[in-house]
Amino acid sequence: MSAPSPALAMTRTLVGAGVVCGFLIVVAYELTAPIIQENRIEARQAAVFEVLPGAVATATFQLQADGSLQAVPDETTAGDLVFAGYDAQGGLVGAALEAQGMGYQDTIRLIYGYSFDKDAIIGIKVLESRETPGLGTRVETDPVYQANFDALDVSLDAAGQALANPIEAVGAGKKQHPWQVDCITGATISSKAIANMLGTSAAKWMPAIAARPEALARPEGAHVQ
Amino acid sequence: MSGLDKTLLVSSSPHVRKGRAVDRIMFEVMLALLPAVAWSLWSFGLGALFTLLTAIAASVLAEHLACRMVGRPSTVRDGSAMLTGLLFGLTLPPGLALWMVVVGAFIAIFLGKALFGGLGYNPFNPALVGRAVMQATFPVAMTTWVASTAPERFTRLPSTTLAWPLTQPVVDVVSGPTPLSAWKFSHQATDAADLFMGSTMGSAGETSALLILLGGVYLVGRKVMGWRIPVTILATVAVVSGALWLWDPTTYASPWFHLFSGGLMLGAVFMATDMVGSPMTHTGVVLYGILIGVLVVVIRTWAGMPEGVMYAILLGNALAPHLDRLIQPRVYGTTRKGKAP
Amino acid sequence: MSSSSPPTTTDEFIKGLWRENPVFVQVLGMCPTLAVTNSAVNAVAMGLATTFVLVMSNLAISAIRRFVPKQVRIVTYILLIATFVTVVDYAIAAISLPLHKALGAFISLIVVNCIILGRAEAFAGKNPILPSLADGLGMGIGFTGALLTLGVVREVLGMGTLFGVALFPAAFQPWVIMVLPAGGFFTLSAWMLVFNALRRRQRALSEPA
Repeated sequence: MSAPSPALAMTRTLVGAGVVCGFLIVVAYELTAPIIQENRIEARQAAVFEVLPGAVATATFQLQADGSLQAVPDETTAGDLVFAGYDAQGGLVGAALEAQGMGYQDTIRLIYGYSFDKDAIIGIKVLESRETPGLGTRVETDPVYQANFDALDVSLDAAGQALANPIEAVGAGKKQHPWQVDCITGATISSKAIANMLGTSAAKWMPAIAARPEALARPEGAHVQ
Repeated sequence: MSGLDKTLLVSSSPHVRKGRAVDRIMFEVMLALLPAVAWSLWSFGLGALFTLLTAIAASVLAEHLACRMVGRPSTVRDGSAMLTGLLFGLTLPPGLALWMVVVGAFIAIFLGKALFGGLGYNPFNPALVGRAVMQATFPVAMTTWVASTAPERFTRLPSTTLAWPLTQPVVDVVSGPTPLSAWKFSHQATDAADLFMGSTMGSAGETSALLILLGGVYLVGRKVMGWRIPVTILATVAVVSGALWLWDPTTYASPWFHLFSGGLMLGAVFMATDMVGSPMTHTGVVLYGILIGVLVVVIRTWAGMPEGVMYAILLGNALAPHLDRLIQPRVYGTTRKGKAP
Repeated sequence: MSSSSPPTTTDEFIKGLWRENPVFVQVLGMCPTLAVTNSAVNAVAMGLATTFVLVMSNLAISAIRRFVPKQVRIVTYILLIATFVTVVDYAIAAISLPLHKALGAFISLIVVNCIILGRAEAFAGKNPILPSLADGLGMGIGFTGALLTLGVVREVLGMGTLFGVALFPAAFQPWVIMVLPAGGFFTLSAWMLVFNALRRRQRALSEPA
């Protein structure tokens, strides 16, 4: 090796390594990006199917500033999104919405299904949580708690601008009305957190979508399973 | 040779020794626990009896095994393992599955004591180490409380007690919230007289504040235990919770509720006073007591869990050596900085 | 290294498995060891990802070791390591999103895993390509094995499953603490106790009486 000046050697090494590394990263990104995108859409679609039993196809809509709903490509992640689920005949099964809020340890993110026929939440699925295993995670597994979301009433009041009865968390076994959520003893904070985030999300979304299922009619090229 | 017989032996203090001090202390403490144990057996029946016996037997066995493993003579006879087992048993829900009791007792002795070098070297109260690990390991079982003074308590065991090893206990007895969880999650206060006498749900040995206090008074009277730790803890809890209560009696529980509910009495009298885990100086002990008292109220009031005595005492144990370093007694004839004047 | 003859490539491979195991002997890479061993699958995935980065970075660094001025060697090493980590990060996300989510930030944190920079600095920067490859592979497999020993214990006790397959009847009581961070510390220290005892016995046997 001839002896170039140290500064030149250092610069040459770093630039060379930088170029090679940059190239490698770009290649890896180009190869994997479409697969990752597909994985993301599939994961979200699987969640939508889970909270909207009977749905076999989905489409993504975005809530616009003027309150209208616009069909957008499935890979969209920004903005206020609502995922419509359709049955085999193309009829609207319901709408799936994401909600998040503070749990016992960290933010809980979930997706819930809304049925226009029942005017109620008909299923929830936790997407992300760091709740205590065995305690807080019972919100995902406890059948009694999950039964809260077989038909959780979110009907609107006469003016159509707010929920007729806000979703309310009550102590275990004290549920009397369809808009109340029975908490789990020993996981009160997690179960309340979910009821609260559903309440906040429903209060925002129901006025925007409940009265007009036709805005979510199946667009051309809806993503079929 | 005759001159050597007259050699004087020079040694430093202590010069007056009492024989077999450890087992005497352990015996006295167990004696002081008797009223609380008796009350526990009366109010929870067979469930408490089996829990306590299993805890003691497993602790003694664990101590014996631990000594054998490191090739030391067994220290089972000094009674310390027995006491750890008894205290550990008293902090458990009386219907806890017996296999869990055994696991917890082994953790208490191995992790809380043997790994640190045995009696006298354990920085934390072993019984509480066992309980803390159990709380994190079996959170549901550790918060399933059987009813106090149930009519059939002397004739049948709670179904949870006899769960097969490694299986989930199935709850069939009447269970319900402790006074503390009732307050935390449903905001229901419990009558202070019930708490004081002990007709409430809770861990096997924590329910009767009165009987635990009696034991404490006995220990102080026999000079086995200093009065400062329990008194400062209880006083701090009373002052802090009292201040909050005066500020807003609808949100915050009353001081007597705090004093007589949960494991505070048992913890303040029998756990925080562990001779190894607490500071050595009078000032250190007072600071230690204040720290634990404040933590108890803070955890009970603002943390996610209803009871915080266990964590408060363990944190206090962790800080005890540092308190001792902070407050070193001044050597006679030197200044505070350790120099000659 | 044996004192009689210079170490062979096989020696370089084998030392990472046991005698110089990165986790149990060198006590390096504790962050992923404690954080992502709550199930056997996570442990293996993290181990393989680290092994890949370790092998690739050892290869690359050994190949260019003559051309890198020593003043900028750490920067160059980190640049290469970070590149391989980014590639692994994309690859895991493409293979399985749930796995990518379970490993979370710890994939990116492979960059700062001391084992990798440690091997680069202590070995690959001074040795030819073949021994460096053997060293990286041995260390990587040793690391994966160590993670697996933790992951197996934590998953079996904490969830009653192994690689997601239920081992016990439904009545099994999970030991929640094992999947919490505290369980990682307990399991690691228990294994270390066992392995140290084993090594002490090994040493006592090998020494002439």
